[in-house]
Amino acid sequence: MSENKLPRADRKKARRQRKIRLKEEGAWYPKWYWPKFAIPGIAWLAVLFILPFYAVFAITFGYVNPLSQVTVPVWQPWYWDTTAFKEIAGRVVGKGVPNYAPFFIRTFVYVAIASFMCVVIAYPVAYFVARYGGRRKGLYLMLLIAPFWVSYLMRMLAWGNLLTNDGYVNKILVNLHILSQPYPWLDGKSITVVSGLIYGYIPYMILPLYAGLDRISQSLLEASRDLGANTVRTFIKVTLPLSKQAIIAGMVIVTLPMFGDYYTTALMSGYNNTKMIGSLIDDNLNNNRTGEAATLVLILVVLLIIPMLWYLRSTNSETART
Amino acid sequence: MSTVTAAAPKRTRMRGPVTWWKDPWRKPHILKAATWLYLLWSLIPVLIAVMFSFNNGRSRSSWQGFSTMWYVGTNLPGGAYSVFANPVLRMALTQTLKLAVITTCIAVPLGLAFALGIDRWHGRGSGTSNFAMLFSFVMPELVIGVALFFVFGQALKMVPPGTWQQALGLITFQISYPVIIIRARLLSIGRQYEEAAMDLGAKPTQSLRRVLLPLLYPAIFASAVLVFADCIDDFVIVRALGGPSSSETISMKLYSGYRSAPTPAYNALATIMLVGTLSVMFIGLIFFGRSARKEGKKGDAVESFAVSI
Repeated sequence: MSENKLPRADRKKARRQRKIRLKEEGAWYPKWYWPKFAIPGIAWLAVLFILPFYAVFAITFGYVNPLSQVTVPVWQPWYWDTTAFKEIAGRVVGKGVPNYAPFFIRTFVYVAIASFMCVVIAYPVAYFVARYGGRRKGLYLMLLIAPFWVSYLMRMLAWGNLLTNDGYVNKILVNLHILSQPYPWLDGKSITVVSGLIYGYIPYMILPLYAGLDRISQSLLEASRDLGANTVRTFIKVTLPLSKQAIIAGMVIVTLPMFGDYYTTALMSGYNNTKMIGSLIDDNLNNNRTGEAATLVLILVVLLIIPMLWYLRSTNSETART
Repeated sequence: MSTVTAAAPKRTRMRGPVTWWKDPWRKPHILKAATWLYLLWSLIPVLIAVMFSFNNGRSRSSWQGFSTMWYVGTNLPGGAYSVFANPVLRMALTQTLKLAVITTCIAVPLGLAFALGIDRWHGRGSGTSNFAMLFSFVMPELVIGVALFFVFGQALKMVPPGTWQQALGLITFQISYPVIIIRARLLSIGRQYEEAAMDLGAKPTQSLRRVLLPLLYPAIFASAVLVFADCIDDFVIVRALGGPSSSETISMKLYSGYRSAPTPAYNALATIMLVGTLSVMFIGLIFFGRSARKEGKKGDAVESFAVSI
């Protein structure tokens, strides 16, 4: 650096200052060196993430043209009009036409059942691979992440193919005399939609569960055994509490996208009686009812804000710990 | 003495189900069966769908013999199209690849710079922007897609619908992956290499380019692979921001074709997409494994790759 050109006394001073900074920050960098790197990303997020969110607000509380019924965004918060928002929020709680309440209730029921089933199915799998994977752990993990590499739509298409009237599921069930005739799985059946949700999102549940269970040290389980607990008791008293965080994290990871899902129900049923919140937003958007779509998006974000913040906080504290 | 000799064979030969259940050292047969059942359930349908892309007939659920007609065939029964004979499907293929390349080329450098900046800059803005980035990570894709649709329609009208909007939307949605992966790597590298380089007289930019960046290559590569594969499969954002029919991607075609007129050509399209993603991931895995080995790490490449996802 240019230090060498300075007089001796100044050089010493500069070196001392640098040392202080080094102690403080690890390595010495000019003041704006690192912020400079973050600026393009910050600008990008500001224009294409923060501003779009503001646009959702501007349209939700925007001005509805009485003639064309088109919503014009209002960017100044002091001119915001809440009548359209109140009307749509009323539909969500069951007042007004069309009634949105069934869609919201249905979505909550579907997501609750699907995420619960995801835990029930994923836990034993993650537990087995983490505890008993042994030498084959790499192979098991490879197979567990394989669904990630297959597009979600293709997996839905594959699962749907099996459920057609002459598909393999019906063939097997009829041949085993469980059903006397093929069951129309794809004709607006809630159970099919929930099965599609489980099938689609379960890989996202298994990985955090695996990571959480893999962290539990074997010695804790042995200690529990040595103190006289049997397998079941060890599981309930040691393994389960230690994996609670991973279960909740996995639940959040699968429920957040499920709430914004419209394609699973569209591919698995396509009928009105299985539509979810996402389908409502998508339908409104496709029919140019931007005001309704914006309001529903806003309501969805408000509903999801607590799980999202929880997840962000827990992952933040996790990175701080490691 | 006699009780011991009597008890020993009893324990090994006549084990009831209760004793078996209580034995802490028994093999986890039930768990193993559950795991394999799950794996079969998650993978077999996909394999069957791939199989039916080679079906010699229109059906997607009953096997009529092997053929590649849904990939390259012409003059198919009933005026149906194969993937390569259908200009629309071919266009969807190029559009998908185009978007994936553009997004990867922009999102990864942007994310790399962002990760470096956020990780090293200890100002107040750092935490806020990190939070905004993570927020974009957990936000449902539909919300981001609709919000971007609004902003392009109402405020940033100079961006035409179609490829431009789709690419900008995809980059916004994908930028968090490189940031998260590279930041995790930065944390595990620590500061000591840079400090050593700078103590030996390297300028900040030199230490960044010649010390830190090479150490980050595996993370950069892993995130590029992930972003690319994710873009190929993306559906919600490309659909929300799609413009003319030339901007339809494979996933949009799969979605619209699935319920209207499904032929095995869609299975073939999905299979092509699958092969594309798998080969990208496979190349990524090989490179990742090689660079991990070069560092002399003992950890399994697959495992570290999986964890980095």
